Amino acid sequence: MNLQSVCLKWLCVAILLVMSGLAPTQAKEAALLAEDPLVEKRLIHISEELRCMVCQNESLASSRAELANDLREEVRKLIREDRSDSQIKEYLVTRYGDFVLYKPEVKPLTWVLWFGPFMLLVLAILGMAYYLRQRQSAQTGQPGLTDEDRRKVQEILKSGDAP
Amino acid sequence: MKKFLIPLGLFLGLVIFLAIGLNRDPREIPSPLVGKPAPAFSLDTLDANAPKFGPQDMKGKVWMLNVWATWCVACREEHPVLVAFSKANQLPIVGLSYKEVQPQDEPAGKKFTPEQKLQFARDRSALWLKRHGNPYVLSAVDLDGRVGIDYGVYGVPETYVIDKEGVIRYKRVGVVTPELLQSTILPLVQKLNAS
Repeated sequence: MNLQSVCLKWLCVAILLVMSGLAPTQAKEAALLAEDPLVEKRLIHISEELRCMVCQNESLASSRAELANDLREEVRKLIREDRSDSQIKEYLVTRYGDFVLYKPEVKPLTWVLWFGPFMLLVLAILGMAYYLRQRQSAQTGQPGLTDEDRRKVQEILKSGDAP
Repeated sequence: MKKFLIPLGLFLGLVIFLAIGLNRDPREIPSPLVGKPAPAFSLDTLDANAPKFGPQDMKGKVWMLNVWATWCVACREEHPVLVAFSKANQLPIVGLSYKEVQPQDEPAGKKFTPEQKLQFARDRSALWLKRHGNPYVLSAVDLDGRVGIDYGVYGVPETYVIDKEGVIRYKRVGVVTPELLQSTILPLVQKLNAS
């Protein structure tokens, strides 16, 4: 009984020690983030439009990959150096290529990407218009049989009856 | 008959596009660095007695820069290939030890000083190279990954071929295989050496 309570006491002390050991590191991490709210705001704004090269379907803002961490730190540095958004993006594009941009630049190489879907839409609309017109003219262009036609049909049918 | 062929044709077109798309390696992204001068740097090497190294030291030579680390699993697969290749003496291979010291390597609650970090990287890398063989003429130590960012490194191992003028002529993300050496890298090196 006595031994048990002593053990418990030491366990509590140990837990407290471990927790106090963890606390400063956590506080430090948080402090880093809150260092400059303006920088962080711009960082999030920029890095949401950048791709994490390691986990390619994540943005640089949301990725927990180590490289993403390094790159965010790099972007922070550039923000503090007062570079513009486009300069920062340019910085990353010269290293990692257009692929880092979630929103690729509009240039001849990416025209198909940007305008292709609209071209397809226009083509589809043109195709549908053509198809509908065809169908309409097929309906109105042959307005059934005239009296003359009916007379001829009767004649043919009659002559066909005769052996 | 015609009506039946149109959707079939569209479907086949779709299948072809999807087949091409699925068979491409998403990690293979054309590097904007190919054709550009290799970014300059000046880094300590694994050899404590050697001076700092920079790409400008290799001017006049065709050389290979191989980004590696002892914690990198794929590097282990690649390493024997590089060791065998280095024995053929086709071109000098320079290593770039990338972020060798990882956060979990540091004692809990403490941070290494830069000197301790460098020492740790040197010790562990030396051990690793002793065990697996050393294909490198030297290895520059990029502890914080800053040089890695300049070279657009995003997946270790990465390999660059740099020409006599210091221009990057080839980049490979991922493991260098014997086939790749034979089919792509060696012909390129021969061409660059001849010019």
